[in-house]
Amino acid sequence: MKARVTVTLKSGVLDPQGKAILHALAALGFGGVEDVRQGKLIELELDQSDPDKARAEVEAMCEKLLANTVIENYRVEIGG
Amino acid sequence: MKSAIVVFPGVNRERDMAHAITLATGNAPDLVWHKETTLPAADLVVLPGGFSYGDYLRCGAIAARSPIMADVVRKAEAGISVLGVCNGFQILTEVGLLPGALMRNEGLGFVCRNVFLRVERSDTRFTNRYEAGQVIRVPVAHGDGNYFADGDTLARLEGDGRVLFRYSTPDGALDPSANPNGSINHIAGIVNERGNVLGLMPHPENHVDPIQGSTDGLGLFTSVAAALEPAA
Repeated sequence: MKARVTVTLKSGVLDPQGKAILHALAALGFGGVEDVRQGKLIELELDQSDPDKARAEVEAMCEKLLANTVIENYRVEIGG
Repeated sequence: MKSAIVVFPGVNRERDMAHAITLATGNAPDLVWHKETTLPAADLVVLPGGFSYGDYLRCGAIAARSPIMADVVRKAEAGISVLGVCNGFQILTEVGLLPGALMRNEGLGFVCRNVFLRVERSDTRFTNRYEAGQVIRVPVAHGDGNYFADGDTLARLEGDGRVLFRYSTPDGALDPSANPNGSINHIAGIVNERGNVLGLMPHPENHVDPIQGSTDGLGLFTSVAAALEPAA
């Protein structure tokens, strides 16, 4: 079973990389972009077949390692 | 005074750190590989600077889950002095011994130059050989040194006097132009609640010998030596 974790900076936490992307987009003529936030995508291949157990396991992984919950939020998608 | 330096794959300042500690204490520290599970008996445990695990995932995130770290946490909780410099500071926040997080520098670039630090207190085990308000010049070398903590955490740190070093001008003024990474409240170094765990981004170990152009950083190590090895 596949799991997909999206890690993003919490709102209110400054994202200098997002700002740099925003400025580069503006320089390319994409003036309609109001804000950019950059995050990470982590794909996992699990031997677990129960989606509820898989979700619980991946959420524990997020809390312990995959995200730093001081500055980051995470979202878990199970399936595929 | 006995000390131990933890070596993770990818760190590169462990020998500079060993030199500084040897100068200040007269004793060469033990270098301990991260796969060990127990630290040797030591009064000071140091996590040196570098790029543990290539900064993969987040700076310090993988090192913080290394086998040796469980014992570093146990020693810290028992009151043993722990010092984390640069990547070591990042590891201390990742493992939860210090609050907050070190984020990408505000200017995005890797900053490698001398900076000025204002020493905020002299009544601690890490700063007793400095004067409160004294300004020292030491190098920084990091891409992720932008200290961040939420409002409550920051208020606690400031209220308890746990910020020991701030980036400042040579005169000790706090100004954004003197802050190399955008860190909140110009924070360069903080201690835990008990005062035995210090994390800081700059490298005092690289200004300990006249050949390095300055000995401003030596005071941190002589402070620890004085605090942990009182004159007989």
